[in-house]
Amino acid sequence: MVTASYGSLNIGALEAIRRRLAISSIRATTKAGSGHPSTCLSASHLVTALYFGGVMHYDPSRPDWPERDRFVLSKGHGAPIQYAALHEAGVIDLDPMTLRELGSPLEGHPNARKVAGVEASTGSLGQGLSIALGMALAARLDGHDSRVFALLGDGELDEGQVWEAAMAAAKYDVDTLVAIVDRNGYQQMGNAHEIMPLDPLSPKWEAFGWRAIEIDGHDWPLVLGALKKAREKSGKPTVVIAHTQKGHGVTRILEDPGNKFHGVPLKPDEAEIAIQEIEGA
Amino acid sequence: MNIGDQIGLELGDATRNAFGEALRDLGASHPNLVVVDGDVGNSTRTQLFGEAYPDRFFQVGIAESNMVSVAAGFALAGRQAVTASFAAFLTCNAYDQIRMSVGFPRANVKLVGSHAGISIGEDGPSQMGIEDLSLMSSVPGMIVLCPADAASARCLTARMLETDGPVYMRTGRPKVPIVHPDDCDLRIGRAAVLREGSDVTLIACGLMVAMALEAASVLSDEGVEARVIDMHTLKPIDVDAIRSASLQTGAIVTAEEHLLDGGLGSMVARVVCREAPSPMGYVGMNNTFAESGPPDELLQKYGLTAGRIVEEARGVVARKVGQG
Repeated sequence: MVTASYGSLNIGALEAIRRRLAISSIRATTKAGSGHPSTCLSASHLVTALYFGGVMHYDPSRPDWPERDRFVLSKGHGAPIQYAALHEAGVIDLDPMTLRELGSPLEGHPNARKVAGVEASTGSLGQGLSIALGMALAARLDGHDSRVFALLGDGELDEGQVWEAAMAAAKYDVDTLVAIVDRNGYQQMGNAHEIMPLDPLSPKWEAFGWRAIEIDGHDWPLVLGALKKAREKSGKPTVVIAHTQKGHGVTRILEDPGNKFHGVPLKPDEAEIAIQEIEGA
Repeated sequence: MNIGDQIGLELGDATRNAFGEALRDLGASHPNLVVVDGDVGNSTRTQLFGEAYPDRFFQVGIAESNMVSVAAGFALAGRQAVTASFAAFLTCNAYDQIRMSVGFPRANVKLVGSHAGISIGEDGPSQMGIEDLSLMSSVPGMIVLCPADAASARCLTARMLETDGPVYMRTGRPKVPIVHPDDCDLRIGRAAVLREGSDVTLIACGLMVAMALEAASVLSDEGVEARVIDMHTLKPIDVDAIRSASLQTGAIVTAEEHLLDGGLGSMVARVVCREAPSPMGYVGMNNTFAESGPPDELLQKYGLTAGRIVEEARGVVARKVGQG
């Protein structure tokens, strides 16, 4: 499998990929005139690590390989960075810059029927972890030693279905299931801590029977370490709670008062500055 | 209930029982099949499969949203998944999951809603699925089935498992009259003509098929010969059968244990209006929830009876003559 070569990438190489994915997400949403670049940036280390950091076992030339690890983007509005990753990995040769165009398979939210490597159609928040659980149970039944990773937003944890899935995963001891929470602290109407407090979050997951790992989601060694540890079976499902910044690396978004950058692309001139900022960091 | 007594219909098993037994019996020939339950397997009868194939039966508790999406996850990973609950809870509680986890990706999930209609009786309106057919038909690509008796429920369960993609099947709690032969061979999307007639067509589904047969007998005594069609597949609906009925009998009455809004009547009317307009009458729940009570009395009170079908038939036949 290709994971061997990706697994051998050093952090410098991974960071170079991450920047390409981040820039692709910014360019694509700016070109489309809509979309969610800020949530792509908060998840950029996580997504890069999954696809290129030797975490997920998959074969870009065979996206339907039955024994692959699967990735479910439960926070479907982060689609641009998944498209960028699939393109970078060579799973798809679709142009990420056709994001949201009529006729392009790269829709605003992932469509599993149209894009290789997209395992589930998401966009209605709260469903991805349940879908990932079904996939993990299926893999167990099939005797496959594969994992399923589901990336959730922290605002998404307001959805009760997430906790239904958490209970069921623990009941079935699905230690091949990994939930990753992109804890960027913001959701549509503002500060996630004010809209619906989630803390204490790790104890919550632990009380539901999960192993919780809490990290800085922009620290390469911690991200790689946590995700690789999560891939190891522990008898319990694992949640990686990654503390991140919505709009990581882009001052225009990070310093915007009132989190106006949910679902808003950067203007072309802002995008160019942001890209220079990411490239020069 | 004594539906069909007057015309000698024998009382058969409930459609939920027939479904559950068929599912269990098909388990061996469908090794890829898994079943996901939401703590009502003893009501929906998926428990029978669970007892026979415990390794392929998953119990996720009273959590319909998770249940449907987990079933979708199985399907997206290559399995065929059946998941069942009360029609009301499955289609109303988990509508978004049915839409997005199952319908949009066309996942190979078979949804079965039991305890549909008001004939569940005393448990009352919170438990009665009276909008399930409408909701499920509004999911693009969904096949929607509503068997009338045990034999057709067995047959349609097998047909359902032959398909690849989302299917909804409605089942009921009470024992219902036998209207199909034991070895009936129904096809999805092809309506079953149970009685020939040239004056009016009664198109029904589920429990109302037996009532339609009873109504046809009453009408025959009055000199009106009614064709009776079991529209066991609401979607894709049998356009040819409806067109022929409209052209050949010139009047149509639909009957369903469901809200008139968005149900069988409105689906048939859409075809009739486009293909071959005829006067139509409708029997169903009219813009109301039901209440607790004995099934027979509820069906009477809410007008789901052979008598109401007869009245509607007389009306459309009169309008047909008036038009002539």
